[in-house]
Amino acid sequence: MEISRHWRLKKQRYALIGEVCPHCEAKIFPPRDVCPECGDEAKTEFAFSGRGKVYSYTTVQNAPQGYADAAPYTVALVQLDEGPMVTAQLTDLGSQKVEIGMPVEMVTRRLRSEGDQERGMLVYSYKFRPAEFQRLAVAAD
Amino acid sequence: MDIIIAGIGQTPVGEHWELSLREIAFHAMQEAMREAGELKPQALYVSNVLAAQLSGQAHLGTLLADFAGLRGVEACTIEAGGASGGAALRAALQAIQAGHVDTALVVGVEKLTDKIGPAVENALATTLDADYEAVHGLTPTAQAALLMQRYFHEFSPPEYALGGFPLIAHAHGAGNPNAMFRKAIKESLYQRAGMVSAPLNMFDAAPDADGAAAVLLARADLLPPDLPKPPVRVVGSGAATDTLAVHDRPDPLAFRAARLSIERALHQAGITRQQVDFFEPFDAFSIYAALSLEAAGFADRGQGWQWAQEEKIGLRGELPMMTMGGLKARGNPWGATGVYQVVEAVLQLRGEAGENQIPNARVGMVQCLGGPASTAITHILARD
Repeated sequence: MEISRHWRLKKQRYALIGEVCPHCEAKIFPPRDVCPECGDEAKTEFAFSGRGKVYSYTTVQNAPQGYADAAPYTVALVQLDEGPMVTAQLTDLGSQKVEIGMPVEMVTRRLRSEGDQERGMLVYSYKFRPAEFQRLAVAAD
Repeated sequence: MDIIIAGIGQTPVGEHWELSLREIAFHAMQEAMREAGELKPQALYVSNVLAAQLSGQAHLGTLLADFAGLRGVEACTIEAGGASGGAALRAALQAIQAGHVDTALVVGVEKLTDKIGPAVENALATTLDADYEAVHGLTPTAQAALLMQRYFHEFSPPEYALGGFPLIAHAHGAGNPNAMFRKAIKESLYQRAGMVSAPLNMFDAAPDADGAAAVLLARADLLPPDLPKPPVRVVGSGAATDTLAVHDRPDPLAFRAARLSIERALHQAGITRQQVDFFEPFDAFSIYAALSLEAAGFADRGQGWQWAQEEKIGLRGELPMMTMGGLKARGNPWGATGVYQVVEAVLQLRGEAGENQIPNARVGMVQCLGGPASTAITHILARD
């Protein structure tokens, strides 16, 4: 069931909590306690805004266990406005065509189910959807 | 100290439902030991990634030493994702170099086809960052597709620019009796191929399969004068790491570890890359071939795709590559792949590559990658 493995990442998964380096101000996600920019200790928490842009994307057809029901799904590299990049699924796309550079925002969604669908543990995490103004523009078309 | 490859062995790559993990590994080990004549291995390094997950078997060092009649020798498994084969070879070199042993056997083995579909995807995805990549449903194939998408966005090569890599690999695979695919394919077939993870199509990804390959290393000064096969020297070895997760890199299209490992290996060999006669790259995905050429300095940034042509990398080309079919046509038995690459380079340097023999092969460069060069290990081999 791996409950503790998912539980201890709740801040990252639900709120994009990373770190900011007290020495060089670099924003860090995921948290790693050592600043990748200056190499000093960095343990100060920092909440990311959840806004970013698509750096690259693809569609997964052959999914691993726990994800097969969702396939095909879109996975992207999202460059957060504060700097770091994350791997995450894109969601709520509707008829929207994904493009590199497209602005997106974080939402919390179900990622996978552990074990059987009825009683298995559900894992929630950040995903990204087209930024609000983008969605309104598509709706107005 | 000079270290030579005194024996090599390999099994055909493919779906071996009739053979177990230990049997397929033994086949390759036995062949390598037979070639080395009187030389007996004092240590066994096993390269494997997935046995614990797909075969329910860990502790392969002892299993294979026991099964191969080598009870008593020291043995362990070395794992570095797709670069495991190179890592095991490097561990064996270090053990000999340090004087702990005089001879060592390296066997790469992978048994992928005992499970199918999502279970295999799951196992392969464990080589990514579990908490920040794989949990989002990313797979190694999708990760390569992310790089390919970005590459086309940044450099705008023609639509089928990478197709030459798999086409040439397949043409070379036709002449390798151990290759999984022994048939050349037409360009039109590449262009019509179904998407696996757009823009990456079926021919942009090497097939995962069963296989085992082995090499026996020995101190050059211990070689018997009547060694059955011409010795091939390991003249350079270099290893490097990058971030595990591709999203943590300032420039995901720069295979930094690939570059570092080549620089280190060339430096140790005391040669420049211009002195390399052929290159076995880690073409698990065609985009990897392009990015590896750029990292090695053979191509400028964004120009690696221009090498995907016969005049450049064919058997009579400027720098022959994937000379026995590469991962694409020979197949990709993960832990075994890096050892297959070395076995194939030895065949070229001995002049035993049959119809795939490249003329005047004196120095070969072999590189294996774990993920998108998250680990990169390069070896330079030379004939006397």
